[in-house]
Amino acid sequence: MKTAAACLWTIHCRALSLSARQTGKRAIRKLLSERLSASLCRAAVRPQLAALLRSTSSTLPPASRFLSTSARLMSQEETISVTFIRADGKKISAKGKEGDSLLDVVVNKEVDLDGFGACEGTLTCSTCHVILSKEVYASLARPTDEELDMLDLAFDLTDTSRLGCQITLTKELDGLEVNVPASVNGARQ
Amino acid sequence: MRRASTLCSFAKGAPLRLLSTSSTRQGPQVCVVGAGPAGFYVTQHLVKTLPEANVDIYEKLPVPFGLVRFGVAPDHPEVKNVINTFTKTAQNPRVRFVGNVSLGKDLSLQELQRLYHAVILTYGAEHDKSLGIPGEDLGNILSARRFVGWYNGQPGDENLNPDLSTDTVAVLGQGNVALDVARVLLAPIDYLKSTDITAHSLEALSKSQVKRVMLIGRRGPVQAAFTIKELREMLKMEGCKSVFRQDDFKGVQEFLPSVARPRKRLTELLAQAALDPKAEWLEAWKTAERSFEPIFYRSPAAFLPSSSKAGTVGAVKLAVTELQGEMSETQGVKNTGAFEDVKCGLVLRSIGYKGLPADPDIPFDSKSGVVRNSKGRVEGLPGVYCGGWLGTGPVGVIVNTMGNAFELGRLIEGDIKDGTINATTAKPGYLEAAKILDNKGVQAVSFKDWEKIDQEEQNRGKAIDKPREKIVSVSEMLKVVAN
Repeated sequence: MKTAAACLWTIHCRALSLSARQTGKRAIRKLLSERLSASLCRAAVRPQLAALLRSTSSTLPPASRFLSTSARLMSQEETISVTFIRADGKKISAKGKEGDSLLDVVVNKEVDLDGFGACEGTLTCSTCHVILSKEVYASLARPTDEELDMLDLAFDLTDTSRLGCQITLTKELDGLEVNVPASVNGARQ
Repeated sequence: MRRASTLCSFAKGAPLRLLSTSSTRQGPQVCVVGAGPAGFYVTQHLVKTLPEANVDIYEKLPVPFGLVRFGVAPDHPEVKNVINTFTKTAQNPRVRFVGNVSLGKDLSLQELQRLYHAVILTYGAEHDKSLGIPGEDLGNILSARRFVGWYNGQPGDENLNPDLSTDTVAVLGQGNVALDVARVLLAPIDYLKSTDITAHSLEALSKSQVKRVMLIGRRGPVQAAFTIKELREMLKMEGCKSVFRQDDFKGVQEFLPSVARPRKRLTELLAQAALDPKAEWLEAWKTAERSFEPIFYRSPAAFLPSSSKAGTVGAVKLAVTELQGEMSETQGVKNTGAFEDVKCGLVLRSIGYKGLPADPDIPFDSKSGVVRNSKGRVEGLPGVYCGGWLGTGPVGVIVNTMGNAFELGRLIEGDIKDGTINATTAKPGYLEAAKILDNKGVQAVSFKDWEKIDQEEQNRGKAIDKPREKIVSVSEMLKVVAN
């Protein structure tokens, strides 16, 4: 199990390596949900992480990428198109940037999906539940146990269901269409 | 906005509201009773779909958010992120939070029906079921609901004083509330001290002698009501080992192939923990000083007094049960006639919450603790609706309450739009309610007032490295508002 200090350093580095367009707080919250599955780690680092969250400004300085362990540069432009198909049939299209999660797109573009993303991407609810095509589902990395645990509580769960806050946009996902199930959104049959 | 519309109505030849003593308001007037998730989500829907509507959310306490504030465990702060959504709703100019006002005491249902076009009851379930077995009035037999209220700062529960000098606790019930109280009892104190857990409970827990917590359920592992995330947390809890009775798992592995994924994953994890634990768990459990002990197929039949502490519980007599019929998630049990006594010094009863009628005019099913309703329309009371746990029964997490509340919102929206509710006759809404409250000397708390309390709690917490230090007395909350 990582020590608290090691956790913090890894998160700090990764936070700095993320695209500057992402709001610092959401990026760090996402890392928290990915990283902090061990209870002890979560408890020990929470005060320090809370402080880090409070001190993070709304955009990260691009110059700090020199600390990134990954050389890959992410596009600053919104080039990736996503269409959300509501249960009532309405289709809403929006564009996001590489590295955005589907939840980021819904929030940033104010996509009209009532109740979507209640826990703000911290893997503690199932309200960003989306249903993908078999092909897209298979093309993505497997969901973690943590995601599956929350997905298990979603309404109308299918074999190609995912949580939108865990799907990261890549160039390959341009043109993505996802179904947003009935119960949280739109008319229930 | 109101002046402009008044001028318009003047132009159309409508009554000269400019000169009136403003006894009514434009648009549908809606009141919601209970400022928890159900209340906020139904409000969110109505202000979105009815641009003329005013929604007043009444709440018995000076502080909003219901079980999100008082029920969600202190070590699950992310679940409380929904508060941001609710805050946005409360800050809508057509929404008014009215705290410290109690239905039945400060305003009657009849009064609300007179002042508003629609009354929506979402005040949840603030009581809990008892077992009705001998010895239940022995000391240190407490409701888990009140124990949660004690560590979460629910006004009225701060003096619960659970006696934590015993080394063994019996939690009766196997839902998430049961798991939450077990976890709070078994967690290392360091784990809790930087959460928003209340100071008085943290103090008591730091002196706790509790080493074993049994989680006792009538049925088997396949019927367990807790969810997988919470179980995983317990299995990984630092300094704590999980101890199962292998016999409880007979027939479980055979059942697995036939069941849907959510139940399957939960049962697999349970069975793995009981029959074939991961090496990393076993390693951690070797040095654990505390233990978590789920016990299945045992139903409490009586409480037995302690031989050392007069008037206090010393053991629970458990009836041994067995499942009837084919194994399924909803299978029932029957008693076999055998019994088993387990020693314990503290009992936490976690067998379900229960609602109560806040006003005598509310038609209530006291057996189920639910307002009698059909799809949210309260029986016999046109214009009165109910939702959330008060309407569906006290089961479900945020996503369930959200779904129910949005559905209720759609129903009410439809009733207003198709004239089932006649919203064309103007009603006074809060204009009149405020007068009634004023005459009674009731100090209503606004959302801005809550924000003062919120800020004060956060300030107090900052000094001791906690996200907030909750204020647990209503009078102190009102003092902060008055300053």
